[in-house]
Amino acid sequence: MADAVVEQGRPIGAAGTRKRTSLRNVLGRKSTVAFLLTLPLIILIALLVLYPAVYSIHLATLNKSMQKFVGFGNFTFLFKRDTFWMVVKQSCIFAITAVFFKALMGFIVAHFVHNIPAKGQRKWRGMLLVPWVIPPAMSTLAWLWLFDPSYSAFNYTLSFFHIGPINWLGDNLWARFSVILVNVWYGAPFFMIMYLAALKSVPDQLYEAAAIDGANWWQKIWFITLPMMRNIIAITTLFSLIVTFANFDIVRILTSGGPLDQTHIFATWAFKVGIEGSDIPLGASVSLFMVPILAVAAIFILRDVSKRGNEA
Amino acid sequence: MADVALRKVVKRYDDVEAVRGIDLDIADHEFIVLVGPSGCGKSTTLRMIAGLEDISDGDIMIGGDIVNDVPPKDRDIAMVFQNYALYPHMTVAENMSFGLRLKHYPKAEIKARVTEAARLLDITDLIDRKPKQLSGGQRQRVAMGRAIVRNPKVFLFDEPLSNLDAKLRVQMRIEIKKVHQKVRTTTVYVTHDQVEAMTLADRVVVMNKGRIEQIGTPNELYHKPATRFVAGFIGSPAMNFIPCRLEDVGGTLQIRLTDRIAFPLPPARAARYNALPRTEKLLLGLRPEHLTESHAHFGPGVETFETVLDVTEPMGMETLVYFGLDGTPVCGRVDPNAGAKDGAPMRLAMDLNNMHLLNEETGVVL
Repeated sequence: MADAVVEQGRPIGAAGTRKRTSLRNVLGRKSTVAFLLTLPLIILIALLVLYPAVYSIHLATLNKSMQKFVGFGNFTFLFKRDTFWMVVKQSCIFAITAVFFKALMGFIVAHFVHNIPAKGQRKWRGMLLVPWVIPPAMSTLAWLWLFDPSYSAFNYTLSFFHIGPINWLGDNLWARFSVILVNVWYGAPFFMIMYLAALKSVPDQLYEAAAIDGANWWQKIWFITLPMMRNIIAITTLFSLIVTFANFDIVRILTSGGPLDQTHIFATWAFKVGIEGSDIPLGASVSLFMVPILAVAAIFILRDVSKRGNEA
Repeated sequence: MADVALRKVVKRYDDVEAVRGIDLDIADHEFIVLVGPSGCGKSTTLRMIAGLEDISDGDIMIGGDIVNDVPPKDRDIAMVFQNYALYPHMTVAENMSFGLRLKHYPKAEIKARVTEAARLLDITDLIDRKPKQLSGGQRQRVAMGRAIVRNPKVFLFDEPLSNLDAKLRVQMRIEIKKVHQKVRTTTVYVTHDQVEAMTLADRVVVMNKGRIEQIGTPNELYHKPATRFVAGFIGSPAMNFIPCRLEDVGGTLQIRLTDRIAFPLPPARAARYNALPRTEKLLLGLRPEHLTESHAHFGPGVETFETVLDVTEPMGMETLVYFGLDGTPVCGRVDPNAGAKDGAPMRLAMDLNNMHLLNEETGVVL
C-alpha cells in the first residue's frame, strides 16, 4: 500500500516539477534574457518609429478630408504633377551635392587637423565642431542675414571686387547653391570628426612602409588612407545622406522652398502641401517617397561594408 | 647593394639626446646587428638610416652618397617592421608588389619577381590571401618578401621577430640567415635579443644610452668585451661580476675575492695585470661556464673552493647553480650529474684562464 502511494505520488510530483523546470529553463536561456533586456528598447522603437511609420502609410491612403480611403490615389496624383518631379530632382541634387562636398571638406579638414601637433589639436577640433553643435535653426538665421541682398556682409564684401550684388536667395541657381552651402557648412564637421577618428586608427607604420616603398603623399592617401577608411566613409556617407535627404530647417528658414518652389526638398514640400495646404494625406505621401530612394542607397552602401567588414 | 656609413650622427628630441654621435661603417653584403636595451637608440639609428627620422647632426651615407635630406622613397632601402606593417586591404601578392607597382615596373617583371621571392620564402600558396588570413610567421615572411622583391641597396630590420613565439623565432632566425646567404644584400638588423644578435650577425654593434659601446664579431664581443656593459649584456646567463683586489703574496700576484678566498693568477694573467695599482677597486668578470663542478684533473689556472648553494636550476643539458660570495650573487654552470642541490655545500672550480678584470668605477675591461 505504502508502495502504491509512493508510486502514485511520484508522477504527479514529477509533472509539477517539470513544468516549473521548463519555465525556469526558458527564463534561464541566454536568448530569453537578451530579449527581455532589449524589450524596453523594442517597445520604445515601436512607439516612436513603427507607429508613426504605419500611421503615415495609413494617412497616405486617405483623401484630403481624411474621410475616405483612396488607395494609391494620392500617389497617382503626385506622379502627374511637375512640381513633384522637380522636388524629387532637387532633393537628389541637394542631398548628393551636399553630402559629396561635406565628405570632401571633412576629409581635407580632418587631414589638416590630424597633422596638427597633439597640443593644439583639441583646440582646433573644438572650434571646427562649432557649426555642428549650434542648433541649425539659429545658425541658419545668421546665414539668412549674410545672404540678404541689400545689407548682407557677402554682397558688401563682393562689392569691393565690383561683383554683384548677387540675389543669393531670390535667384533660382544661387538659391540652390545657398541652401547647399549652408548644409555643407553645418554638416562637414560631422564628417571631419568621423574621418579624424578613422585617420587616427590607421597605424603610422603603414605610412612608413609606404614611404619606404616609394609612395608620395597622394599615393599614400589613395593606396593607404582611403582603403583603410572605406567602411567609415561608407557608413558616414549613408548616415549623412539620410539626414540630408530629410533636411527641413535649412531650406525652410532660408528660402521656404522659393523662388517658385525651386529649392523645395521632400520634407519642406511635404510640409507645404500637408500643413500649409491642409492636405495631410498628400503631405504624408510626399514624405513616404524618401523611403524607397534611401532604402536603395542603404542596401548598396551597407552591402559593400559587410563585404569588407572582416578584412582588416 | 651598397655600403652604409654613419658619421657623428646625432638625434635630439627637444632636450633629450637619443643618439649621441655614432660612427659606424657597414661594408657591402655585411649583416650588422644593432643590439642594446630599450631606449639605447638602436631603433632611432635604424629609422635615421631609413629616412623615417631626421638626423639632428652628422652624416649618413649609402653607397657613398650623403642621404641626410633624401626622403625614404629615394634611398633605395627596404624595411621589415616589428609588427610587419602589411597593408591589410591588399593580398600577399599586392603587398609584395606595391613598391614595384608604384615605380611602374612592367607587369611581367613584377610577376616574376614576386613569384621568385614567394618561392624563396616558401609562401607561394599564400599569394592570394589577405594578411588577416595568415599566421604571425607567415606575415613575417610576407614582410620579408616585400623587402626582397624590391632588390634594394640595403635591408633594414626593426625587431622583426619580437612578435613571434619562442619556437617560431628560432625558426625565422634561421630563415633570415638563409635568405641573407642567398641574396647577400647589406643588412642592418635591430634587436634587443642578444641571442639573435650573436647568431645572425657578421658584426654586432652593442649600443647603450645613445652611444656605441663596442663593435665586433659575435666571438670578439663574447670573449673580449670592452666594457662592463658589453660583458654583462652579451651571454646568458650574464657574466658574474665579483668585487676583488690584487695583492702580492710571496712574489706571486694573487686575486682576493673574500677574506677567505684568494687565488694566485695564472702566469699570463699575472703578467698582464701586474702593473695595476694594488689599491684599485676591481671586479672579477667570469662567465658561468667558467665556474663548474670540481674535478680531480684540472689544468693550471683553475682553482677550487667550497661554497653553499642557494638555488639550483636544472636545465637538462646543464644545471645552473646560484650562490653568494660575500653578498655578491654568483651563477655557475655544472654538469646535471654533479649532484648540485638547493642549500647543499658544493666544491666548485673557477677557470681563471678565462677571467676578465674590470675597473669598478669606469667599467672598462682591463
